[in-house]
Amino acid sequence: MFEHHISDFLDKLVLAVARYVYTHWLGKAAPAFVPEWIERIYPLVCVVLMIVFISVTCFFLIWWERKVAGQVQRRMGPMTTGPQWGWLVSFMKKHRWWGVWAGGWLQTPMDALKLIQKEDIIPSKADRLIFITAPFVVMTACFMSFLVIPFGPHLIMRDLNIGLLYLLAVSTFTVIGIIMGGWGSGNKYSLLGGLRSAAQIISYEVPMMFALLSVMVMAGSLRMGAIVDAQQQSPGLGWFIVPLFIGFTVYLIAAVAETNRPPFDLPEAESELVAGFNVEYSGMRFAMFYLAEFTNMFVVAAVATAVFLGGWTLPFGIDPFNALKSWNFQHWNIWASVIGVAVFMIKTYILIFIIMWTRWTFPRLRGDHMMGFSWKVLLPLSFLNLLIACMWIMLM
Amino acid sequence: MHKTEEFYLNMGPQHPSTHGVLKLILKMDGEQVVEVTPEIGFLHRSLEKIAENRTYHQYIPYTDRLDYVTSMTSNFVYVTAVEKLAGIAVPRRAELLRIIMAELNRIASHLLWLGALSLEAGATTPFLYTFRERELILDLFEMTCGARLTYNYMRIGGVSQDIPPEFRDRAKEFLKYFRPCIKEYEDLLINNVIFQNRTRGVGVLPLKEAVAYGATGPNLRASGLRWDLRRDRPYSLYPELEFDIPVRQSGDTMDRVLVRVEEMRQSASIVEQALDRLEKGEVRTPGINMKLRPPEGDVFMRTESPRGEIACFIRSDGSPKPYRLKFRTPSFSHVGLLPWLLKGMLIADLVVVAGSLDIVLPETDR
Repeated sequence: MFEHHISDFLDKLVLAVARYVYTHWLGKAAPAFVPEWIERIYPLVCVVLMIVFISVTCFFLIWWERKVAGQVQRRMGPMTTGPQWGWLVSFMKKHRWWGVWAGGWLQTPMDALKLIQKEDIIPSKADRLIFITAPFVVMTACFMSFLVIPFGPHLIMRDLNIGLLYLLAVSTFTVIGIIMGGWGSGNKYSLLGGLRSAAQIISYEVPMMFALLSVMVMAGSLRMGAIVDAQQQSPGLGWFIVPLFIGFTVYLIAAVAETNRPPFDLPEAESELVAGFNVEYSGMRFAMFYLAEFTNMFVVAAVATAVFLGGWTLPFGIDPFNALKSWNFQHWNIWASVIGVAVFMIKTYILIFIIMWTRWTFPRLRGDHMMGFSWKVLLPLSFLNLLIACMWIMLM
Repeated sequence: MHKTEEFYLNMGPQHPSTHGVLKLILKMDGEQVVEVTPEIGFLHRSLEKIAENRTYHQYIPYTDRLDYVTSMTSNFVYVTAVEKLAGIAVPRRAELLRIIMAELNRIASHLLWLGALSLEAGATTPFLYTFRERELILDLFEMTCGARLTYNYMRIGGVSQDIPPEFRDRAKEFLKYFRPCIKEYEDLLINNVIFQNRTRGVGVLPLKEAVAYGATGPNLRASGLRWDLRRDRPYSLYPELEFDIPVRQSGDTMDRVLVRVEEMRQSASIVEQALDRLEKGEVRTPGINMKLRPPEGDVFMRTESPRGEIACFIRSDGSPKPYRLKFRTPSFSHVGLLPWLLKGMLIADLVVVAGSLDIVLPETDR
């Protein structure tokens, strides 16, 4: 089992590029290893890549959410933002179903631009420092989780030995941001909403943790790369979902509750009566909370894919990497990574679709039902799941 | 030593979840409501006073606006009251058309109510589904009288115009399409375990209180009393038609939901029967004076609207304009029921329970 750091991948990429540049343009022999000054900018490259990836993902996810909502609700979703070329518009009109997906894909950037233009209002009773910092805390927590997400073989920013523990720790950070948002608004209703949201997140952390604990038991390690590799020993699909199906369900439900999405959005959609913790936020500050919610949703789905659905591996142990390697395919490493990323993203987006689907189907849970569900239903199920995992390990 | 304080929360007139401009002043102890004081009058338009300055025929469009969600029923109660007062007969075809329109309007009103209730429970999708079906009904109305919401369709002595020839087929087609839709709402919303947890045993209205506060219609039938004016004080041609009256026993929110859903089915059946009984005939009694002078006297006409008992009292002094016109509207009594019903509830339940009573403000405020 080796560690899947992205620095290995970047090394190979730089060397491949260097080999090309040196042999075709400079006519000299290519260097055998990457010089240190290039290696020192890898973290910066990773951060930039991550920010670009998150932005693109959020744009796509928000558009997709609105389209999925439209499909569920028998309507089209955003259609008029985006290019209105003649051929595109007639295509949209002629093919009703395909046309829906062709329209409105500039909606999120337009919304972001609109929000940037808004007046920055800070309530007079607000605690300015906390009010301003709260969205950044929530965003930071989401960004930090990206460090250990296994996008593909050799595509983890840093394959930490304590990867899973790190993820849990960092995802709890969002609670601090939400309480800060609720307190800093200087509004007793947003404080109540923030506290209620914090209680919800903390109580859903526990079944989530136990579900991930069972994964750790099965894999024998907290390292994300090791967990993905260890799944190949599983029966059936070659993923942990087969023995740990209960854990997968518990994790998915608890993680949706973590992100404050419907049907667990009582703190936010108490805008029946009182709006949630982000009532006093407008403009770009509100956009930060909103983007953080979608990023969080992506992180949660990505983690579920990584630990329960085998990350970048294909089902039934089909391994294209060895095939490519044995055919001496040039740059097989890089192609293996590309295929791995594609598989990972497909699985993650399927989970995200399921999360979006449940949002538009179910009514909201009342506060006490929600808490009861976490402590009285999910937690015992996660214990059962842990028992299954331990018995499995003992018997195998 | 910590002291908790009760605070006032104003669930103000503009609100995404109150049906119209209803202001509820809630005295809260944390999450629980200690006291509710409803405040109405934001939609008061002096409809009753205006009646004293309009002739009986001129007043019919005003009745549309009395309860604009079920405009046909408001029309119905007024013109039937005037006909009773003046002793005017209505041709059979007109009676059947009135029943068809009133029952279709009942379905439309219940669809709107179900959509709004699902929004209050947090599910956005059923709202769009029920409004899609409602649009089909509104298309039928537009075909008949040209309007989608305030129809001004009924006249003293009949209805204003006959239905177009394609109405009958379109209506039957709609009814055939509509029956599986009710099942869809049941599967999507009503049988959903989250919705059931939120509505079973919540907002129980015992029969004694319901009768004491004057609750009528589905709210009363959900509490156990089988009272429907179409059966118990029959008017128009309802005695000829066969339909069930859904009644449930426990009076909680879920029962009110189930009663109304079943009423939609029954209304669909009534419309089918009425369509089958339509024969050629005139739709309006000819020769009625436009400046109708009914004999002196009073009349009190009660009919069953989707919300409950809507009644019209007219006192005539022999002149072309009524001396006094009063509407007894169901939502007014139901708003009076709110302080008793909502006491001690959590806020999340409050919106669902208030929504399940099907209160519309235009008929409360008049």
